[in-house]
Amino acid sequence: MRRAPLWVGGVLVGLVLLTALVSFVWTPYDAAAIVAPKLADPSLAHPLGTDHLGRDIVSRLMVGARATVVVGVVAVALAAGGGVPLGVLAGMLDGRFGAARWATWAGEGLMRGVDVLYAFPALLLAILLAAAVGASTTTAMVAIGVATIPAFARIARAATLTVMTQDFVLAARASGTSQAGTAVRHVLPNIAPVLGVQASVSFGIAILAEAGLSYLGLATPPPTPTWGRMLREGQNVLFGAPEQALWPGLAIGFAVLGLNLLGDGLRDLLDPRLREVA
Amino acid sequence: MTEPLLVVEGLRVAFGRSRTEVLHGISFSMGPRERVGVIGESGSGKSVTALAIMGLLAENATVSGSVRLHGRELVGLRDRELAALRGDQMSMVFQEPMTALDPTMTVGRQVAEVLLLHQDLPRAAARQRVLEMLGEVGLADPVRVADSYPHALSGGQRQRCVLAMALINRPDLVICDEPTTALDVTVQARVLTLLDRELDAAEAACLFISHDLAIVSQVCSRVLVMLDGEIVEDGSVADIFNAPQHAYTRGLVATARLDQVEPGQRLPTVEDFYDRGSPSTGSPSTGSSSTGSPSTGSGTGAGGLGGRPTGSSSRGSPSTGAGTGSGTGTGLGSGPTVVS
Repeated sequence: MRRAPLWVGGVLVGLVLLTALVSFVWTPYDAAAIVAPKLADPSLAHPLGTDHLGRDIVSRLMVGARATVVVGVVAVALAAGGGVPLGVLAGMLDGRFGAARWATWAGEGLMRGVDVLYAFPALLLAILLAAAVGASTTTAMVAIGVATIPAFARIARAATLTVMTQDFVLAARASGTSQAGTAVRHVLPNIAPVLGVQASVSFGIAILAEAGLSYLGLATPPPTPTWGRMLREGQNVLFGAPEQALWPGLAIGFAVLGLNLLGDGLRDLLDPRLREVA
Repeated sequence: MTEPLLVVEGLRVAFGRSRTEVLHGISFSMGPRERVGVIGESGSGKSVTALAIMGLLAENATVSGSVRLHGRELVGLRDRELAALRGDQMSMVFQEPMTALDPTMTVGRQVAEVLLLHQDLPRAAARQRVLEMLGEVGLADPVRVADSYPHALSGGQRQRCVLAMALINRPDLVICDEPTTALDVTVQARVLTLLDRELDAAEAACLFISHDLAIVSQVCSRVLVMLDGEIVEDGSVADIFNAPQHAYTRGLVATARLDQVEPGQRLPTVEDFYDRGSPSTGSPSTGSSSTGSPSTGSGTGAGGLGGRPTGSSSRGSPSTGAGTGSGTGTGLGSGPTVVS
């Protein structure tokens, strides 16, 4: 029971990933093709009915999952790839761990730069990028990824500061390990669990952000379906056919819920204090 | 006369912007293979001394004075130059074996890391050397231990692994910062015996930090007594035990020799001998400092309890010997040297 969030989250996230993977090789219908009358009720041929143009909703949700997963994975990878080195570097450049004064200042400067980026809304960044290079999946990935860098940088720095106070880091330095060696061999493996939890939570946020950008038409362009655009298309017929918005809304909701539960479960699993209490 | 291995002269360490001084110009030297114990209460500056020698103090520490290893000045060396010496010519054993080992790495990898940092060896040869070293420090199944993570080992096994890390490159100087404090008494005795044997095998000198005089006496031949950032007494273990000169040392010795307390008698405390708050009533205490500055103390301190002794300080400032009461000031004999 204690690990219920981990299991429920894992199953929900697993379903989304499986759906996205299957969509690469099989969907019931072509997601962009008109295959039945518009706004058809659910039937055996179309379990969730069709949309306002007569396209199969199940097929569109499956392909939408693909875009969601790709944007989430790439954005989180980009955020972690940028934020983790910045955070670890800033943490290790703390004067308490023997860094020179100028290096301490450089570390502080890095984190203030990260704070500036933190204050910059992802949506604004996406609008700027879309205006500059056009709305696309890549635009969404870059905007979400760059906007998430500060979260990773701050978490990585805080975790690094904690690890750097441990005796084994001092022991590594006393053995002649360089700062870079300490970062790669001792700090990164020890902060990895915290980063894993952050990645899980950021994935959920990225899915929401992607849906938001798609809703606004700033992400993947038509005809490729995304859950965000399906939501907006459903909004137009909300009173006549509310299920049109319900299906993508539920998909987004369950995916984000799954990732949040997975993040909570991972945190509980990796926190020794919680482990002892339970 | 053999060249000293380590010479510390006028070592001062201050922290923070306010430059709060915690080491007040301590001086001592060690010969090759010599074992010197450093005892003193918490906050007396023992660990800071060790970290200053290793060059591992935080950036907000200001270090002045001189630390020479094999005649090479270490104070002011760049971190990269110091890193080449650490683990190779000088190494350190930490107090808490659980936290001194990285929980995410197998013990074998951690010991091998120290070896490979300083020696250009193929992986297989390094692994072989690691297994030999783990065997040398008395671990019964080196292969299993090498492939284990620290949490899977007992406290004694972990401390043996830490010793293996410190000794694998056969350093000339091993600094042990209370290496047995976290262990129970039985394991403590085994680790001390092992340390004794391994230091002999490695032909290494040892600076052994502890707050326990009894433990220091098992490993070392000479003892430095530290108090409030100064070395207040420096002498052989026998002299410190049999004829402690400084009031604080007398307190330490009394608390370490509980066998001399009659049943029913109150156990002695350091405060019975040394009262930090009392101004100048002290024990007989003239002598020369380890820096060689002449003593000007008149040795008129009280022979009774309490009070800081008079005599020359390790900072070289002459003492005026203003103590009151009766007592004899005979610090010029063959006993331990009172340096403050």
